[in-house]
Amino acid sequence: MTGSRTAATIDAARAEGRAALVVYLPVGYPDVDGSIAAARAAVEAGADIVELGLPYSDPGMDGAVNQEAMQAALAGGTRTADVLRAVREVAETGAPTLVMTYYNPVLRYGVDRFATDLVAAGGAGLITPDLIPDEAGEWIAAADAHDLDKVFLVAPSSTTERLHLTTAASRGFVYAASTMGVTGARASVGPKAEALVAATRAAGAERVCVGLGVSTGAQAAEVASYADGVIVGSALVRTLIRSDGDRDAALEDLRRLIGELAEGVRSGRPVTSGGPAR
Amino acid sequence: MTDFRDAVGPYFGDFGGRFVPEALIAALDDLATAWDKLKDDPTFIERLAALHRDYTGRPSPITEVPRFAEHAGGVRVFLKREDLNHTGSHKINNVLGQALLTQQVGKTRVIAETGAGQHGVATATAAALFGLDCTIYMGEEDTRRQALNVARMRLLGAEVIPVTAGSRTLKDAINEAFRDWVANVETTNYVFGTAAGPHPFPALVRDLQKIIGEEAREQLTERIGRLPDAVVACVGGGSNAIGIFTAFLDDADVRLIGCEAAGDGVETGRHAATIGAGSPGVLHGAKTYLLQDEDGQTIESHSISAGLDYPGVGPEHSWLASIGRAEYRPVTDAEAMEAFRLLTRTEGIMPAIESAHALAGAMTLGRELVAAGADPAETVLLVSLSGRGDKDVETAAEWFGLVDSGSAGGQDEGGSTTA
Repeated sequence: MTGSRTAATIDAARAEGRAALVVYLPVGYPDVDGSIAAARAAVEAGADIVELGLPYSDPGMDGAVNQEAMQAALAGGTRTADVLRAVREVAETGAPTLVMTYYNPVLRYGVDRFATDLVAAGGAGLITPDLIPDEAGEWIAAADAHDLDKVFLVAPSSTTERLHLTTAASRGFVYAASTMGVTGARASVGPKAEALVAATRAAGAERVCVGLGVSTGAQAAEVASYADGVIVGSALVRTLIRSDGDRDAALEDLRRLIGELAEGVRSGRPVTSGGPAR
Repeated sequence: MTDFRDAVGPYFGDFGGRFVPEALIAALDDLATAWDKLKDDPTFIERLAALHRDYTGRPSPITEVPRFAEHAGGVRVFLKREDLNHTGSHKINNVLGQALLTQQVGKTRVIAETGAGQHGVATATAAALFGLDCTIYMGEEDTRRQALNVARMRLLGAEVIPVTAGSRTLKDAINEAFRDWVANVETTNYVFGTAAGPHPFPALVRDLQKIIGEEAREQLTERIGRLPDAVVACVGGGSNAIGIFTAFLDDADVRLIGCEAAGDGVETGRHAATIGAGSPGVLHGAKTYLLQDEDGQTIESHSISAGLDYPGVGPEHSWLASIGRAEYRPVTDAEAMEAFRLLTRTEGIMPAIESAHALAGAMTLGRELVAAGADPAETVLLVSLSGRGDKDVETAAEWFGLVDSGSAGGQDEGGSTTA
């Protein structure tokens, strides 16, 4: 069994004295090729790890921006097979590429078949917002067999017992939801996020990335001061939503925001720290 | 026979579970723990019993309907009259219990989803009674179909939020309610409306609805000295059905028949026959039968009844179907509306269109049994009349062409008025 490339990327960032920048973009928005172009542009502009969203009809964990993008992707005919193609083309950049997906599309595709095809496409693993380790036996077995990352979520409401359970089940990193809520940009990242990261580390997690609500370089810097990675999603999706349909301008806006966020994760920690504060 | 009645979840066979964001697990655990304690607490049992008696009007009677039964092969048909409950349906049984549970877990606000509006009205009613803040999510499409129920909820003090995402119907209202719950779980309890969703909701709602079957079992035994040959109920999410089935689950000789909405016909693809035409997957927090395409995307359901227009079903029904303990049959819009007309005309009881699906199922079953040689006088069907038809008058009037073409909302047939 080889090590997790996602974990290695986070460790490399840590060696540079910074947090990793993890970006989320839904496949199929504005269309499949457009989403691939956006994800590749994000890597060029400074993203370390990519999460590709598999569009789903009932995304209960997502706020309005991501849900609208998913609905548009489905209306445009995006299929699970398109997501695997997107993984292949984005993974070519060298950035670890994870799929963020609700469980039913994976179950329907066949859990082991999905794992097999994800590996073949060069994908790193799955992030599963509606799948807790307690229910994930089939996925955990497939991921372990195929050397894939299993990114489970913890929340401010997680008990110590559940932090241990989730940390033990995770591979790559543990996704700390900064706030009790759904995806979407917020004026401030939840005050509970820092404590949650500390508690998750205390439960044994080696790498904890924080998502939900991060949209600016300043917020990225704040989160980077205590987390191993900063996850940004809907703020990026928003740059792609343009009434004039000008895709070049959208990609330019996306690159600019990624640049700001990449700078944020680099300014979050004093350079002298020389590594993670534990 | 196995003790089916004691199934408590989180799994019913291969179905059930908790496929939800981690953020909700603590709240679901709290709810499950609180309910485990509360359901056997004599004080709670007495409070709920008093509410049922003094507020809801329980026990609801059973009514034999011989004139209607002539259309069911002449067998004996008894209706369990949940339509006579306060607020007009079985939904009140569930919400009164969950409102007490909300107080027990120390929360001050309730949220709920609603399709036809019955569960929303019941929740708003309980919130008014208990002084709880109340927000109801309802698909925008359904707020149009059920405008009067929206007004009722607002009069009761609830905030009604039309959901514009997705198909703008019940399934999207559920998504939106879950989002609200994730964000506000410290103060808010989600009063789930049917025996679906993540554990503990399927078992919790079943526990609160099983009074339907327990009363009916006792009433019927007293009336005719034996159990019915079959129990028939409509199934959307399936709370009234599981409520009336539970008391008979361990009686192997009693057939249990769930009637799913077949809309324009299962073969047309425009239906809500989840068990009959769906497949196992995960929706709204549970592994269960659902309508889905080959990528696992939820397919929108269709039914003339907003209350049955749901692409999922409670996991206990999926289990009962998979082991053959209950049968699930499709009933089209047309069959349901014919049963609606017949019960109204022959007995002076106007059923909810949901319940009319069960009546249509009973008509078919009665004829089948008689054709197979059963003695009509010795054949007894018990039907859950889950709600009354007041909310459906407009839909029915339109279906039967009773709306004056010249009245408001009538169509301009001339087509020549545009300049």
